Formats: sequence, structure tokens, C-alpha cells
Amino acid sequence: MSIRVENLTVDLGLFHLQNINLTLEVGDFFALMGPTGAGKSVLLEALVGLVPLVSGEIFINDRKITKLAPEKRGISIVYQDYALFPHLSVLENIRYGLRFNSLKRGESAVDELISLLGLGTLLERDPVTLSGGEQQRVALARALAVSPDILLLDEPLSALDPNFRQELRSHLKNLHQASGATFLMVTHDFSEALSLARNAGVMNQGSIEQVGAIEEIFCRPTSTVVADFVGMKNLFKVEFSGTTARAAGLEFKVGREASSGQGYIAIRPEDLILSKEPLVSSLQNSFSGRVAAIRSHGFFYELDFVVNSLIFTAVITNHAFFDFEPAVDDDFYLSFKATAVHLL
Amino acid sequence: MRKESFLWLALGSSFIVLLFIMVPLLRMITAPTLSSLWETICDPDVYRSIWLSLYTGISAAFICFVFGTPLAYLLARSQFRGKKIVEAIVDLPIVIPHPVVGIALLGLVGKNFWLGRVMQELGIRIVGSPTGIIMVMTFVGLPFYLQAAKEGFASVSPRLEHVSRSLGASMFATFIGVTFPLAWRSILSGIIMCCARAISEFGAVVIIAYHPMIAPVLMFERFQSYGLRYSQPVAVWLIVVCLLLFVSLRLVGSGARKVSRGSRAGSRL
Repeated sequence: MSIRVENLTVDLGLFHLQNINLTLEVGDFFALMGPTGAGKSVLLEALVGLVPLVSGEIFINDRKITKLAPEKRGISIVYQDYALFPHLSVLENIRYGLRFNSLKRGESAVDELISLLGLGTLLERDPVTLSGGEQQRVALARALAVSPDILLLDEPLSALDPNFRQELRSHLKNLHQASGATFLMVTHDFSEALSLARNAGVMNQGSIEQVGAIEEIFCRPTSTVVADFVGMKNLFKVEFSGTTARAAGLEFKVGREASSGQGYIAIRPEDLILSKEPLVSSLQNSFSGRVAAIRSHGFFYELDFVVNSLIFTAVITNHAFFDFEPAVDDDFYLSFKATAVHLL
Repeated sequence: MRKESFLWLALGSSFIVLLFIMVPLLRMITAPTLSSLWETICDPDVYRSIWLSLYTGISAAFICFVFGTPLAYLLARSQFRGKKIVEAIVDLPIVIPHPVVGIALLGLVGKNFWLGRVMQELGIRIVGSPTGIIMVMTFVGLPFYLQAAKEGFASVSPRLEHVSRSLGASMFATFIGVTFPLAWRSILSGIIMCCARAISEFGAVVIIAYHPMIAPVLMFERFQSYGLRYSQPVAVWLIVVCLLLFVSLRLVGSGARKVSRGSRAGSRL
């Protein structure tokens, strides 16, 4: 189902939303990002109908639902802290919504979710005895058991241990494909957003700064707020084969094997080592590039280099800057370790 | 060294406080002989008064539960103008001297006020009746129930209610299915507190209804007419019966939850 928000304004005192306009297409996986206090969670609760609106409208498939009670919207929500019902067993939690909805295939949907999320052995357990990852899987099953049109996820992975996070990420991907629902996920984690979402929006101080395809936001932030928040420079879309990644005719040596054929790599600007001659060293990546731009930041300089069609950004100290005396159109060598390449 | 002496001071004063509470009670319980206890409970006046105390107290707690629960929920969940005033009003019965409560209620339902006369016309007797006793007990017991129930509701995360709503449950279904069961322990405590407070009331009840006699009034009368030795056994019986009541309420309350959970799990499998 598609969801459309028009001129949404909310005032909760501490948190507020200002004139939010947002459209999610049918079956989209949308990542909502932004600093703490930006109003991301408030926006989710406004969509569910849990906070009073000052003005604005919400549509699902062009049907206005602004005044509809939360239970009639067909929007499920999953919280960071799982919010499982502690007085009900795992199975009772998952089945909780069934009796309020007349679903054609409620029972079989529940069975499918249980097997898809590997919850078969936990059904009789008390939620409090489960690990964080298990609890979040139960929360996902409970939210999807009622076949919602839209699933809202409020930082679903951020309370989890890193190893559970990876596992749940793939669960989320599978669930999105299997359910056909529109997913809207609030997240802090760029790699999470990149690996899961198709489109994304960045919020700041109650308004939306930028909306677009996920790569576009990472590669071409339209405001400094977005750029600062995204914070990741040197992000490239690549083809993996083994421990090699290819993009724009360049071959990157990466530290570990990627799990899929396509993906992203990122390199921190301060990990790039500059030299005028090719370095004889153990650094496995070295490219020749031409200076495109120079920016002074007081204690350091930021340099943009063009390498084939890619733009690399490097950071050097004032001291190094006066040693090299770089100028636009000068040629330099950029070198970095295979382990400095982050796989996303 | 200083820390140690403070520890001794704390232990010493704790001991004194506990003694202060326990010694009079122990002395009272051990004072009557077994035969006098047996004689007392065979006295129709005594067992009738204890029975009256029990059922009026339980009725008052039940009324508080039915009418107080929605208010307790509102106070726990919503912020509104004048909430502090509402909370202060709800606490008033605790701070008002008990005879004043009796006099205030008598002024409302007595013959000198139209409401009292209307009720008399309708054949509803308040003064000198169990109905009047229940009314007084409800008045003094309400704050105890409301406080406990409010805390119980406040301890239930609103997120659980949000999730329930988003899964299709109405506000009422959410209250019945999520909020109430999770607050049940506090609610039960509130019912017991309210009931205990109601049964212990003397000053306000004696003004509305000297007869029929609730147990505290009977004790007072026996003490006045015959002396300490004749009121002690009644007191012991009242304590024993109340303890049995509250312990069984606790057991039934926690048992009911387990059973309901088990049967629900079973029926859905």
C-alpha cells in the first residue's frame, strides 16, 4: 500500500513536526534517518494515530485516514524495546491481533511467520526469558500476523547485539519480500539503511531535509545537515568477486569476502595516504588521482580527487598540506589498506 | 567508626519502632483465654457484628473497584488542566478527621436536607442501616484504592497499549486484554487496602449508624459498659477474620491470573 503525508504538523512541546510531506510507494522499504530528537519516532506515532495532529492529512492508497482510530488503519508498529506483552506467552503474543481482524488466512500466516522466523521452539516460553534477538523476532511476527498494509519499525535493530543484528537484518529483508507490505524503518545506522532500504529520508529538527533513493542521499546530500549526518565520504557502489571489488574500472582489495555480488564500500577520508610518487609499501590499494577541489577547515584540509569517474575525499593536516603544496589539477597517489575498506 | 555508630543507631531505632507496633498487638492477642474467646464467638451480637463489618467492608471495596478503576486509569494516563486539583480532591478523605466525614455525610442524607428527605420518601434508609455504613466506608476507602490502582496503571508501558491498538484492538479491548491484567497485582493490593481501611473505620460510621453495630462499634460499647476484658476477645476475632480474608484474597487473586493464563494458552493451541 502506498502512504502519503501532507503538511503534517504536530506539537508535543518537547518534540514537534513541521509541515511534513512524504510519499511512500507500494511495497517500498523506506529508511527514515536523522539525529536524536529530530522527530522520527513522533512521525511514526502520528502515522499510527497515537499523537494529536495540529494540521495535515494522511492518506493510504489515496484514502484519507487522518481521523481514523489507530486500530482501523492497518498500520503495525515494532519498537526498539520490542514491547512484547509480558503476561502472554510467545504464541499468545504472535496471535494477539488475530481476533480483532477478520483475516482470510490468519492461521496459515501465523504458521508461515513462525517457521520463517524460526520461532517454533519458543512458542510456549515467557517473553521475558528470551534474548533480545528472539524478542524482536516475536515482535516482528506479531506485527505481521495481522497482514498490515504498512509496517513501521522504530530502530528495530539498535538494541541488539551485533551478531543478532546481522541475522535480524536478513530476516527483515525476507519478511519485506514475503509480506509485500510497505516498510518504514527509523534507523541510525547507515549500513543498515543501505543494505535494506530502497528509498530514504533525513529528518532534522522536526522537518524533512531530503528524500530520495538511498544512494542519492548518501552520495549527493543536498544540505550540510544531511551531509554531516550521513557523514560517510568515499562511498562507492561496487561489484564483488572474492576479496576484490570493482567500480569504474578500478579494482579495490578488500579485507574480507563480501556476502553478495553487489554492494557498497566506504573508506574514511583520514585513511587515505597521499604521496607524489607511487608508495613502495604493504598498502594493497593505490590509485593515481587528480586534485579537483581544496577546502580549508582550520586545523586540516579536505581534498577532492578524481580517479577515473570516482571522487575520493582525503583529509590532511596543515603540516602535510605545506609539505605537499597541492594545487588543483596536480596528480597524486592515493593509497590505503585493504582493511580500511568498509563493506556495507 | 562513625559509620558504625550510625549503623547501631539505625538498628536500635528500627528495633524500637517494631517493638512499638508489635508489643501492644501481641499483648492484646495473648490476653484473652481460649475459653473466653470461645464464649465470645458464640455470642450472637459478636458474630453478627463481625459479619456486618466484613460484608459492608467488602461491598465498599467492590464499589471503589467498579467506580474508581476508570478514574484511576485516567489519572495515570492523561494530562489535563486541573489534574492536580482532582488528585487533591481524591486525597481529601484521608486528611479529613473521621467524625467530620460522618457529620458531612449525615448533613447530606439526614432529615434536614432535601436529598435525605427524598430518599426517605423512596424508602431508602441511610442513617442507621448497612447502606449508610457502606456509604461511609466507600468514602474513607476510595483514596487507598485509587492510589494503588493509579500506580498499577502508571507502571504499564503506554507502548504496550500502542502496539495493541495498532494490532486492531479498540481502546476498551486494549484495557481488558493488556492494561488491566498487567495492573492486576496493584489493583488487588488496592482492593485489600481499601477493604482494610473500611473495616477499621469507627469515627465516621458511629455518627451515621450506631446500630446495626459493626465490630469496632461493638468493641467500643463493650469497653465502655464492661471494661477492657470484654472488648479484647472481640478485637482478636476481628483481627483473625480480617487476616484470613486478606490472605485468601491474595491467594485467589494470584491464582486466578495463573489459571486464566493457562486456560487461554490451552484453548488456543
